[in-house]
Amino acid sequence: MNAKVTLEKMSVHFGANHAVKGVDLDFAANSVTAIIGPSGCGKSTLLRAINRMHDLVPSARVSGRIMLDSHDIYERSIDPVAIRRKIGMVFQKPNPFPAMSIYDNVIAGYKLNNGVQRSVADEIVESCLKRVALWDEVKDRLKTSAMDLSGGQQQRLCIARTIAVQPEVILMDEPCSALDPIATLKIEELIDELKERYTIIIVTHNMQQAARVSDATAFMYLGELVESGATRKIFTTPEKRQTEDYITGRFG
Amino acid sequence: MRSITLRNWQNHAATAMMLLGTVAVLVPLALVFFHILRMGFSSLSLDFFTNIPKPTGESGGGMANGLLGSAIMITLSACIGLPIGILGAVYLTEFGGGKLANTIRFSADVLAGVPSIITGMVAYTLLVVPMKGFSALAGAVALALIMIPIVLRTTEEQLKMVPGTLREASLALGVPLWRTSLQVMLKTATKGIVTGVLLAIARIAGETAPLLFTALGNQFWSRKLTEPMAALPLQIFSFAIAPYEDWHKLAWAGALVLVVVMFTLNIGARLMGRSARQS
Repeated sequence: MNAKVTLEKMSVHFGANHAVKGVDLDFAANSVTAIIGPSGCGKSTLLRAINRMHDLVPSARVSGRIMLDSHDIYERSIDPVAIRRKIGMVFQKPNPFPAMSIYDNVIAGYKLNNGVQRSVADEIVESCLKRVALWDEVKDRLKTSAMDLSGGQQQRLCIARTIAVQPEVILMDEPCSALDPIATLKIEELIDELKERYTIIIVTHNMQQAARVSDATAFMYLGELVESGATRKIFTTPEKRQTEDYITGRFG
Repeated sequence: MRSITLRNWQNHAATAMMLLGTVAVLVPLALVFFHILRMGFSSLSLDFFTNIPKPTGESGGGMANGLLGSAIMITLSACIGLPIGILGAVYLTEFGGGKLANTIRFSADVLAGVPSIITGMVAYTLLVVPMKGFSALAGAVALALIMIPIVLRTTEEQLKMVPGTLREASLALGVPLWRTSLQVMLKTATKGIVTGVLLAIARIAGETAPLLFTALGNQFWSRKLTEPMAALPLQIFSFAIAPYEDWHKLAWAGALVLVVVMFTLNIGARLMGRSARQS
């Protein structure tokens, strides 16, 4: 297995609160890894550490190592902005930029940085919207506000915005929790297609979703990694009792 | 349990008191407005907008120099006050969280509460004395000092209303924090900020006290920023206390124009605010 992202004894503290406790975990390239666990188990905190989102929280401290292609992303010389360009993120609630059109949302990663030529931008917008299967729905109203789209469309737009900057890894923090079942299905199909090009790490509350979309699954409980492995194995023959209890719905 | 009659009576009494309160607020406003409308309208003429005041004893004339002077000084004070107020608010919401931010917030609140005549005295000490003369520049600085805390605080409130998830979305695209603050957060809050800016401009447009010993006023056309400049509120003030009937009329006309300008700015701000909440 070829690991794209590796966590080594990775811990996250918020002040005195030890939210993620010494996790060792590999995320394979071009595959989908699901992180499951009950609310408050630290799975979102772990995810957000991978693209240095905690840098904004003064009380947060990340220790241990997080390796992207065997380079520590928390090394002093590393610019978090450069890391985030390689490691994109899709959030729980669809969050398109309200002051921008659909077109501008897709190209936002370029526009907010150094800009991009019009013809290149057109191409990027079209190809990204096609890849998230949104093109046919919005091609006639690219200049209208992104807020007029439905929740599921907004989330696909956010994914288009993320892949437009050509990241290597995409983090997804419960991307379907605010969506209806049909929109959820579309996003799941999309995740399956995206893994050909990207390494995807998805946090989800929904165990069926983890079983459907992921190749590997990691189960977390109270800030600790309880068990990880191939999704099929975790869901059929888990080694730990806690994992079995959780996936069979006995707690959590 | 109290009887239903008593409760009904209490209900009526409370409603009546609220109604009384509403009337007490609206009546003075209406009186002022209609009085100014009545007195001002009869004295308003094209001359008012095109001519400068005539020398004592001659009839006619207008306040065109005051209108121009007010426009110049308001523009200049906006050029000074808006960047400071808006960028300060960005600092407070996006970068500041510690003691310094709280100190700035507190200072802004105190500054907003300082009587405007004191602000005028500050500008007098800082600019008029060293420059050895009254000037439009000093007037604009005094107005800017009034504007800054208003703009700072309203902008901060508007920025706080922008969801933090937008900041995260932008950062996750590999956009640096400063660009995120300016191009995502500030841009999303633009409509609300414009509302605050319009209200701040309406506020300084009517300020007289801070101009008394900074811009001083001028009977003639004045365009130089280093010399005394006429301003509409100043002209209203000096004309209203003059002993001539003619001048009183001009003062009424000036008051009407000023009230209409402020009314328009306030309504504009309300409309902007409404569309900002809808989007």
